[in-house]
Amino acid sequence: MYYHAKDLAHFPDMGKEAPELWQKFSEWYAAVFKEGALTEREKALIALAVAHAVQCPYCIDAYTTASLEKGSTPEQMTEAVHVAAAIRGGSSLVHGVQMRNHIDKLSM
Amino acid sequence: MGLRTLLNARSPLAAPARQREVLAALPLARTFGQAAAAAGHGPLRAAGVHVLQINVGRRCNQACRHCHVDAGPDRTEVMTDAVVEACLHLLETSEIPTLDVTGGAPELHPRFREIVRRARAAGRHVIDRCNLTITQLPNYADLPAFLAEHQVEIVASLPSFAARLTDTQRGDGVFEASIAALCRLNALGYGVEGSGLLLNLVTNPVGAFLPAPQASLEADWRRELKRRFGVSFTRLFTITNMPISRYLEFLEASGNLQGYMEKLVAAFNPAAVSGLMCRTTLSVGWDGRLYDCDFNQMIDLAVDGAAPQTVFDAERLAAPGDPALTARRIAVGPHCFGCTAGAGSSCGGAIAS
Repeated sequence: MYYHAKDLAHFPDMGKEAPELWQKFSEWYAAVFKEGALTEREKALIALAVAHAVQCPYCIDAYTTASLEKGSTPEQMTEAVHVAAAIRGGSSLVHGVQMRNHIDKLSM
Repeated sequence: MGLRTLLNARSPLAAPARQREVLAALPLARTFGQAAAAAGHGPLRAAGVHVLQINVGRRCNQACRHCHVDAGPDRTEVMTDAVVEACLHLLETSEIPTLDVTGGAPELHPRFREIVRRARAAGRHVIDRCNLTITQLPNYADLPAFLAEHQVEIVASLPSFAARLTDTQRGDGVFEASIAALCRLNALGYGVEGSGLLLNLVTNPVGAFLPAPQASLEADWRRELKRRFGVSFTRLFTITNMPISRYLEFLEASGNLQGYMEKLVAAFNPAAVSGLMCRTTLSVGWDGRLYDCDFNQMIDLAVDGAAPQTVFDAERLAAPGDPALTARRIAVGPHCFGCTAGAGSSCGGAIAS
């Protein structure tokens, strides 16, 4: 797996083979990030956290810039990443309950 | 405060011509002239002179990393007496309503207070572009009271309400001194609603990105400065960093120059063009030469050849409505995209909503 930051600019090439799907995705994507019940800044921070959870380098670059340009501070952005990391870590750990259930089933 | 001027570091970018070369060599999607023409401003022209902005010198008690003036303690350029007199004569004999005093730290000029007094006596609105920390130096402790007495509008730089970010851009200890200065200004009534004393703050991004929307940032700043330090202010101005002098050096050194310029070009906002400050400003250098704005001044991009070239051309400058001046063609370059990106940028903050 490798990534080049400049490849993000080629994201629209995904529309070459399926233009209607790309068009629908683009419109939906733009609508999602518009100011609504959440501010654009809050949405950019959520996107930044999710980008770390799904480990997408393109998304991390894009939403680091977007968060800064929406007025978030590095401290706020770091806390958002910790939220993502805590959910990832917690979701691993909470599966320990599954493990314990199975231990209980197998054990005397 | 630890930061160096380009001049002191003997950087090639200390030469304005080198800066113009670097910017001109960048491959960009279009020129600023083409973009302005597509927005209905081909060529971009002035629309009167509403602000006389005088750069009284490049000396400063700080040496900020983004400074487009390359100002600092080692700079020696100071507006001469003859230029000061010519500027004041122009103010006193023309209809220009606002004097905007900048630098460097403009208060370091030996005739700063006289300039303020005479401009105010002539009925002009006066703006002091203040770095705040100057008021914390022993010899300038009475400066806030002087500014208040003469009802000078203060436009003060403070990039962030977080100490680390402010000190990163402006030097160690600047944040603490700036907050102390703001508290003193508040105590005099500056930034206090109903006092008539205007205290506007300026924030530039601390890095290679565009400023956040001004209105939303202003609300955050008002809340956080009050909560953390009990500080109030009048307005917050967001200003885009211009690819000039030390910020240009940062962009080059950090590998961000091409990307930042592409970002500025891509973010060109046609709605910002009509409100560009160069259209209503006349900028005077320490040596009396005239420019369309302080940024053009720093890269030696003079006013159009048909316009008066120096502040000593008193007869032509005082002639009301001389189109060679008031409708002059604005000198533009790639850096101008900095003032039209996103919501636009000017000495008074964002241009378009």
